[in-house]
Amino acid sequence: MSRLAATFAELAQKNRKALIPFVTAGDPNPQFTVPLMHAMVSAGVDIIELGVPFSDPMADGPVIQRASERALAHHQSLRTTLAIATEFRKTNGHTPIVIMGYLNPVEVMGYEKFADAVHAAGIDGVLTVDLPPEEAQECTELLKTRDVAPIFLLAPNSSAARIAKMDSIGAGYLYYVSLKGVTGAGHLNAAEVETKLAEIRANTKLPIAVGFGVKDAQTAKTIANLGDGVVIGSALISEIEANLHSPAQAKEAIIELLTAMRQAMDN
Amino acid sequence: MTEKYNMPDARGHFGVYGGIFVAETLMPAIEELNTAYQHYMQDADFIAELDKDLQHYVGRPSPLYYAERWSQALGGAQIYLKREDLNHTGSHKINNTVGQALLAKRMGKTRIIAETGAGQHGVATATVAARLGLECVIYMGAVDVARQSLNVYRMKLLGAKVVAVESGSKTLKDALNEALRDWVTNIDNTFYIIGTVAGPHPYPAMVRDFQAILGREARAQCLAQTGKLPSALVACVGGGSNAMGLFYPFIDDAHVKLIGVEAAGDGVETGRHSAPLCAGRPGVLHGNRTYLMSDDDGEIIETHSISAGLDYPGVGPEHAWLKDSGRASYVNITDDEALGGFYALTRMEGIIPALESSHAMAYTLKLAPTMKKDDILIVNLSGRGDKDMQTMAKREGIEL
Ligand SMILES: Cc1ncc(COP(=O)(O)O)c(C=O)c1O
Repeated sequence: MSRLAATFAELAQKNRKALIPFVTAGDPNPQFTVPLMHAMVSAGVDIIELGVPFSDPMADGPVIQRASERALAHHQSLRTTLAIATEFRKTNGHTPIVIMGYLNPVEVMGYEKFADAVHAAGIDGVLTVDLPPEEAQECTELLKTRDVAPIFLLAPNSSAARIAKMDSIGAGYLYYVSLKGVTGAGHLNAAEVETKLAEIRANTKLPIAVGFGVKDAQTAKTIANLGDGVVIGSALISEIEANLHSPAQAKEAIIELLTAMRQAMDN
Repeated sequence: MTEKYNMPDARGHFGVYGGIFVAETLMPAIEELNTAYQHYMQDADFIAELDKDLQHYVGRPSPLYYAERWSQALGGAQIYLKREDLNHTGSHKINNTVGQALLAKRMGKTRIIAETGAGQHGVATATVAARLGLECVIYMGAVDVARQSLNVYRMKLLGAKVVAVESGSKTLKDALNEALRDWVTNIDNTFYIIGTVAGPHPYPAMVRDFQAILGREARAQCLAQTGKLPSALVACVGGGSNAMGLFYPFIDDAHVKLIGVEAAGDGVETGRHSAPLCAGRPGVLHGNRTYLMSDDDGEIIETHSISAGLDYPGVGPEHAWLKDSGRASYVNITDDEALGGFYALTRMEGIIPALESSHAMAYTLKLAPTMKKDDILIVNLSGRGDKDMQTMAKREGIEL
């Protein structure tokens, strides 16, 4: 069984939901990320989403844009992000890692080389924001034959036909973007999420993670009751940004927020 | 070519280029747009309204002007200029904004957004939005806001809100990113008018179709004035809309050479340029696969050009296809050479071209003398130079 499948199976058995932090690799500096990943695991997260910095993050709000810019200033790239995963795997064999980024770095590396490299780095899933299923056939097949899950986004305006399409081409889990907008925008509406998740569930057996707009423990708890996992990104990165003078303090603040979320979700 | 050219395919592919590469939230909006576009391009009532606006509001047809003195001075081909500089708002950009705004109106959208580099597309968008009474927001890189302040003022006069984009390189590509972010956020009431033949399908085909009016006119005018087709067409290429509009009606005329002119900035060998077709590599940005300027890690490289309208790291996917298939060829012109083209046309014909168009003029200086006297060369004069007076004066050390 893949690490992602094993994680969701174990969570279901314990009647718990996945806590999934998103951080941009190499933000605020390349040395920060691996120790942060280990600390987040100790704080009770289940899956880690690592953002690959990109020069033109079209689907991201200002917080993650700036994270990308900080990481790029240190020449963090797709290749060095894979190196971070490799480093993490040396001492953690069980926590799934999903990389999330944009297509151009993958295009330039080449799909086959990318699939090999991702597999070799011990990465479990790949979410490419600007690669919809219609264009994804070649890349997803290369990933799937290496046991890496192609993960797809669903939006509030995705039709039932599109949900079914993601179900057939995707693996690992589906990522429901809970609001129309970019990352870090506004506040999500729990009632709307509930209605849409029912429609999604009717079209897939894959676990559903919900993200975009989860900022505090209370929202995490509400969302955990609806989906199978909660993704939290901009709120964590805001802590990095608020503590640029002290990465150690940033790490502490992130762990504190995740610990509060874990507690709220489990109670 | 024996079969008639009929690119792109149903999902917007020009060979391996083009396509739809966007985040999921945009997919329903793009499908809605594609359906509307396919429908209205066959709708007689829509076409009649568009034709009427192009004639009475834009001022079409634009002349095909025989640049007799310049032709004689260069001693080669007979040069004809397609006068898009004479359009309302001063460039070819309005052909497309009139079309897309009518489409927005038919689709019931109440809010228009656009990106702009030189500000010509922003002005052309703000203009049609004012006329139709639609809310209008224009995204423009902060660097471009500073170097094209006259156009910023024009857009504001027309009632548009101009947002200076401070992210990334603060130029056209970043304005496009920000417009895409606006679109996903306000998808229900907003129509995004992309200004060139780039973006996800159907934009490259749709913008080409709206711009093709200038190529159809040029072809008919050339036949009427000279009794034959031209030997070659020359147009500058930023995203590639004025070039695509000119080339498209000539693609099946296999003996007509199609030549696109990219901006070489300080020279392609310096790395400081905006010439993805000449010196870039294939990749994916802003919704389509095309030639891009990106580094070995796939990060987009900052571009350089004296003309804000050519300062873009990508290019329309149809140009990528035309390049690979060999049907069109692409050359590049440095900032300094473009200035030569600017002064040549100004002094020889009494026409001040936009700095973008000056790249096509500069290549004409090289090409025309190598052609025969009975060859006809059509050069697209995509816009007028009024917007560039401050830039030019500053280069000449003059305070306006
Ligand atoms: C006068 C003029 N020509 C050309 C361009 C470049 O655009 P495109 O390559 O889409 O024609 C611009 C863009 O702003 C322009 O203003």
